[in-house]
Formats: sequence, structure tokens, C-alpha cells
Amino acid sequence: MGGGVATETHQFHVLAVDDSIIDRKLIERLLKTSSYQVTAVDSGVKALEFLGLLDDVDVDNTDSNSHHHKVEVNLIITDYCMPAITGYDLLRKIKESKLFKDIPVVIMSSENVPSRINSCMEQGAEEFFLKPVQQSDVNKLRPHLMRGRKSQNHKRKPVEECLSPDRTRTRYNNHDLEL
Amino acid sequence: MWRFAKRLKNDGIEFLSNQGMAVVVDGFLDGQFSQLQLLQDESNPDFVLEVVSLFFEDSERLLNDLTIALDQQNVEFKKIDAHVHQLKGSSSSIGAQRVKNVCIAFRNLCDEQNAEGCLRCLQQVKQEYLLVKTKLEALLRLEQQIVAAGGAIPMLNEFC
Repeated sequence: MGGGVATETHQFHVLAVDDSIIDRKLIERLLKTSSYQVTAVDSGVKALEFLGLLDDVDVDNTDSNSHHHKVEVNLIITDYCMPAITGYDLLRKIKESKLFKDIPVVIMSSENVPSRINSCMEQGAEEFFLKPVQQSDVNKLRPHLMRGRKSQNHKRKPVEECLSPDRTRTRYNNHDLEL
Repeated sequence: MWRFAKRLKNDGIEFLSNQGMAVVVDGFLDGQFSQLQLLQDESNPDFVLEVVSLFFEDSERLLNDLTIALDQQNVEFKKIDAHVHQLKGSSSSIGAQRVKNVCIAFRNLCDEQNAEGCLRCLQQVKQEYLLVKTKLEALLRLEQQIVAAGGAIPMLNEFC
């Protein structure tokens, strides 16, 4: 499980955003069982702050937040229904950001609302998980993480991908992407 | 009826934690609770205890807020709905299905701005919460007993 990742580079880092303390604990545990490093925050505002995106300021334009370098995040998983900034708002802000627009974003929601799911996917979310989130959902994150790493590390051996050019949520067998 | 007790060997605690014992205690807890148990292991031996403790704290806070909100002269249904939504979410995440189901009904009553209905629902959700709390506390005690006994089968009189 993820043998190809651990050797050359450090662990994948996932930013988890959820205002529910229970769901935060749950998602953190689920992510850690997949050996991901996790930062869990309780609001969209804290997530933006962590990314250095508060006040629509990208870190490479100014260091008003004392961020001298971009924080390394490989995937963001966020709850949809949150006070102040919703998961959808957060998704949009990330996609509008020069630095983070290519980071995969996954939305979680306790409500199965097709229009909600559609608008999130249209806005660029990679996956939409219905709560309570299961291990099988978290297993779907790996291809998105691997894809991100592949585009970062051009010197790595080519990884066989089954990626379709459009944004359909193709099901991957994790093992297909391992050498 | 604790059917797992018959299959419990010396690996008692492992069975409980790693085998994903289906804990359907008279329908109070659904499959989601088993998922939580599966996430507990040697490196996270207190996971279930931690999540359950958070659930108790969170729920009691929300039930308190709901009581206060429904006691107001002008009932703010949006605020109440927000609290119930949270309670629905956390009860769903822990597998407390009866609490979750009452929350669903509760939200409908909020939509209808039915104050009396909401009050009745609040009583019902409090009752369901107390019932599942009792079950969860018993489960945790059982786990502790198994660990303390070094994996031997505990006395199960209280569950029959």
C-alpha cells in the first residue's frame, strides 16, 4: 500500500476541514490509516489562513502573513455545510488561487443533494463523499494524490495511469498505479 | 443477545476491535459504529472511547442549546435547525441511528415552524440520546472488562 510513495518523498499531506469535532476526529483517523499526514481545522477561514489565502492574498505576492514559502498540501477534503465559509466557497477560493488551483479538493456532505453535488463537481471538486465517510471513500483519494505527485516529479519513472481526460469520477484500482 | 460472546476466545479484545463485531444493540447502533471499532487498533487503542466521549459532550451541549432556544419568546427556527443538523450529523457519524432519525423528523418540524412539535421532538431526542448513551457506556465498560481480564470472557448477565 503506497510503497512507491514512501521511499523517495515524504508522506502526502492532507488538509481536512470540518466544523464538527466528531467528524474531524473520524476523517483524521481514516486519513492516518492510509498513512497520510493530516492537518485538521474547524473552519474554512482557518483553512484559508493555513494556506496563506486569507483576504484573497496569494503568498507569493506579499508576505503580510509571514509566509515565506508555500505550505505543502497535496489534497484538501472539506465538509460542505459550515458556518461563515461553506465548503463550496472554500473550493472556489482554492480554484481561484494561483498557487493552489491544482490541488485536488474533495467535498463531504451529510446530504445527498444532486444539484449540490453537480455544482461542486463543476467547480472542480474531484470527489463528493456522503457522510459518514468510510474507509472505501478515503481509498479513492490515492489516485488523485498520485497524479499530483507525478506532475511534480518529472524525473520519476512513468506511472501507468488510467486517467480519462474529462472529469468523470473514474473508479481506480489502487494497485494499477503502483509499479 | 450478545452473539459475539460465543465466539470470544482469548483474543477477546482483538475480536472486539479488529474484527468489526456487528454491534446492533436493539437497533440503537447501526453499522457505522462497527466502522468506528474497525478504526481502533494497538496504535489507537482509545479511539472508540475518544469518539464516544466527544459525542456525549457535543450532544449534551446541543441538547442544552436546543432547550434554551425553544424556551424563548420568539423561537428562532433557523437556529434550532442548525443545532439539530449538527446533532443529526454527529449521531450519524457514531451510528446512533435512532437519534439521527428523530433529528430528521425534528428538522421537518423546524421547516414547518411548528414550535409545539419541536418541543415534543426535543423530548424524544433527549430520550433517545439517553438510551444510546446507556448502551455506549455499557459497551465501553465491557471493553474495559475484557482488557482488564486479559482477554477472558467477562460476565454478561447485564446484557441478556
